[in-house]
Amino acid sequence: MSSEAHVADGSAVHAEHETGENYLNCSHGLRSWLLTLDHKRIAVMYLAGLAGALFLGGIMALVVRLELWTGDGLVLSDDLYNHAFTLHGAIMTFLFIIPGIPAVFGNFALPLMLGAKDVAFPRLNLLSWYLWITGAVFAIVSMVVGAVDTGWTFYTPYSTQTSTQVINMTMGVFILGFSSIFTGLNFVVTIHKLRPAGMTWWRMPLMLWGLYATAIIQVLATPVLGITLLLLVAERALGVGIFDPSLGGDPLLYQHFFWFYSHPAVYIMILPAMGVISELISVHSRKTIFGYHAIALSSVAIAAFSFIVWGHHMFTAMSPMGNMIFSALTFSVSIPSAVKTFNWLATLYRGHIRLNAPMLYALAFIFLFGIGGLTGLFLGALATDIHLHDTYFVVAHFHFVMVGSTLIAFLGALHYWWPKMFGKAYDETLAKIACILVFIGFNVTFLPQFVLGTRGMPRRYHNFLPEFQGLHQASTVGAFILAIGLFLILVYLWKSLVSGKKVTVDNPWGGSSLEWLTTTPPPHYNFVGEPPEHDVYDYHDIRYDAAIDGYVLSKNEGDAAR
Amino acid sequence: MSSAADHHAEVDPAYRLAHHFESPEQQFETGKFGMWAFLVTEILFFSGLFTAYSVYRSNEADLFSYASGYLDTTLGCINTAVLILSSLTMAWAVRCAQLGQQRGLKFCLIVTLLCAGGFMGIKSVEYHHKIHNGLFPNAHFGAHEDPDGVPLHITDESGATVANPAARPAPENLRSFFGIYFCMTGLHGLHVLIGMGVIFWLYLRARRGEFGPKYFGPIDFTALYWHVVDLIWIFLFPLLYLIH
Repeated sequence: MSSEAHVADGSAVHAEHETGENYLNCSHGLRSWLLTLDHKRIAVMYLAGLAGALFLGGIMALVVRLELWTGDGLVLSDDLYNHAFTLHGAIMTFLFIIPGIPAVFGNFALPLMLGAKDVAFPRLNLLSWYLWITGAVFAIVSMVVGAVDTGWTFYTPYSTQTSTQVINMTMGVFILGFSSIFTGLNFVVTIHKLRPAGMTWWRMPLMLWGLYATAIIQVLATPVLGITLLLLVAERALGVGIFDPSLGGDPLLYQHFFWFYSHPAVYIMILPAMGVISELISVHSRKTIFGYHAIALSSVAIAAFSFIVWGHHMFTAMSPMGNMIFSALTFSVSIPSAVKTFNWLATLYRGHIRLNAPMLYALAFIFLFGIGGLTGLFLGALATDIHLHDTYFVVAHFHFVMVGSTLIAFLGALHYWWPKMFGKAYDETLAKIACILVFIGFNVTFLPQFVLGTRGMPRRYHNFLPEFQGLHQASTVGAFILAIGLFLILVYLWKSLVSGKKVTVDNPWGGSSLEWLTTTPPPHYNFVGEPPEHDVYDYHDIRYDAAIDGYVLSKNEGDAAR
Repeated sequence: MSSAADHHAEVDPAYRLAHHFESPEQQFETGKFGMWAFLVTEILFFSGLFTAYSVYRSNEADLFSYASGYLDTTLGCINTAVLILSSLTMAWAVRCAQLGQQRGLKFCLIVTLLCAGGFMGIKSVEYHHKIHNGLFPNAHFGAHEDPDGVPLHITDESGATVANPAARPAPENLRSFFGIYFCMTGLHGLHVLIGMGVIFWLYLRARRGEFGPKYFGPIDFTALYWHVVDLIWIFLFPLLYLIH
């Protein structure tokens, strides 16, 4: 990539603006995409891949829910049911939620928000996309040739005995792990080393703090998953006797290893979502974020606490003392989470709230994360966890956090950055309807599962007693409402790409971070000339201009409206 | 206010400055930080194995003490020396690159490669002995000899196979030691092979004269990686070979 391509002098800047050249149309052809080193294009390629994974995982979810319409199943055999929920879990976790927000919106927005031209290692960034694709191929191949029936956790000793495609699937997850490590590594190094002179740590948007905390976990925890899965493969292929009790191994050691990664991994899923919500709440309340430092540091605190709570997945298998320590540590995570929630609420207070689609998602997030977070306390408490362990209560809890929070934030981010990414507007009315459908569908799906769990319905069972049928059917109806909502989003976003109204304004929402101060869609090198300087969450000089239906930076303090 | 493009136009091509960096210093610092972060992931990658080692050794100290006797301390010792020598030549390669000594750089890289190859050679001799003795933890696992080389089973007058009274009998779960041994040394060996690939690539680039006082980042970062690979061996050697 030659530096001559970069436009430097004023007349050329003008020319670039006039011709409407941007990162999407600066070069053409499939090759220019598949070999791109541009973080924005890689983000778009991730978005396409992740949408596919979400679709596949979503189909599996519908199969599972449909199967649970009656207590004896509908069409699937017990084995196929086990395959369906395993694939749903594995695809959604490893292919969609974990890469999720960092891979798409982190890749797109991080260098822009920072004022950098790209991430620190653009080639590594492209490599991580190819690793994602390779991991996805492994997962899909394992589906085609015989699937996996262990659940997404691959617990030993069952995973060393079952005749299904465990090696294929775990190799896929291993490769996806490296994709995740490289993305995290890139983000950590970019934030440390590529900040322009004016961009100090405390001037970074909270999205970046969320991504930074996430990246730290990705870098520190994912290698442990890698070695765990390698050992599992070695155990299956050779029988090295590390996890298999019949060869002198310890199956519980597998669980410790697995959760040493996978508990931090749930914060890999939620922390970037919290970053997104901090942006959405502040921009759409037209108000400075309340408690900036508290929100920023609570992200780092969650990342730190995430490493010392894994034992709560094994309350039924550890010593009483170990249980008490892990229970107490688990409660510590609720403190930074609550700090964030209260700060978002305080930001809303007396703000000029705009109830557009991204904001609706942000408000849904606060509501659903509240439920998801508080029900986590039930599971962190030893006495109640013994009762709720491995029931639908656990299923409902983590779906409130993973779907109700992360997916909702993903959708909020998608609507928020969509005009900037593609320079196209979507249908706002349909977007609001879809958001409400998703919200209702989600709650109808998962609120009944809390009740099912407290009444003793165990997770992962194909059959259930007649008394559970009503709640299971409600949950299935909810899943289809949710699916309709998501499908509607797919339809109008596709329509927006094909025939949507062009967005030419730099700043349609009145955002204060740097990506809103460059052109839409951004140029290849992110900024024409030097990146602008602006205080994030400072809205007093960002003024609505009715003539262009967008916001402009007003240098004149007197002109500035709110 | 000069834009980045102007800035790059002024930069000597010998710095090989990538488009998204402001200055050669920033490029170097970024690469170095990235490599350190990567090495942290490497340490955590191995940490799972070290944890498994600690758990099993504390549970079965006698087994580990017995099984360690199978390992050839002399060969392990030679390999340790070979790797330490390769670390020295790799560090020297960095110095040569910084000073622009092209011949010295190429020489040091070649010596490092030879040492790494020697290490892998000795390692494969060791592996061969273990596999030959039935100590590779697969379906055919089962030791033929005890650590002192005495056959565990002999044929008596009637032709039946019986336990050899002169041998030290193998404890139960001998397999879990060799599971850990092969996983740890195998993964370490894989890292040596990857390192050899990278160093060979650096050698090809060095032959084209790409490195010098203005651009020696890749040599420096690879050397960091190489030192960590050595360091892991320096822990593996006493933990596996020197515990009886």
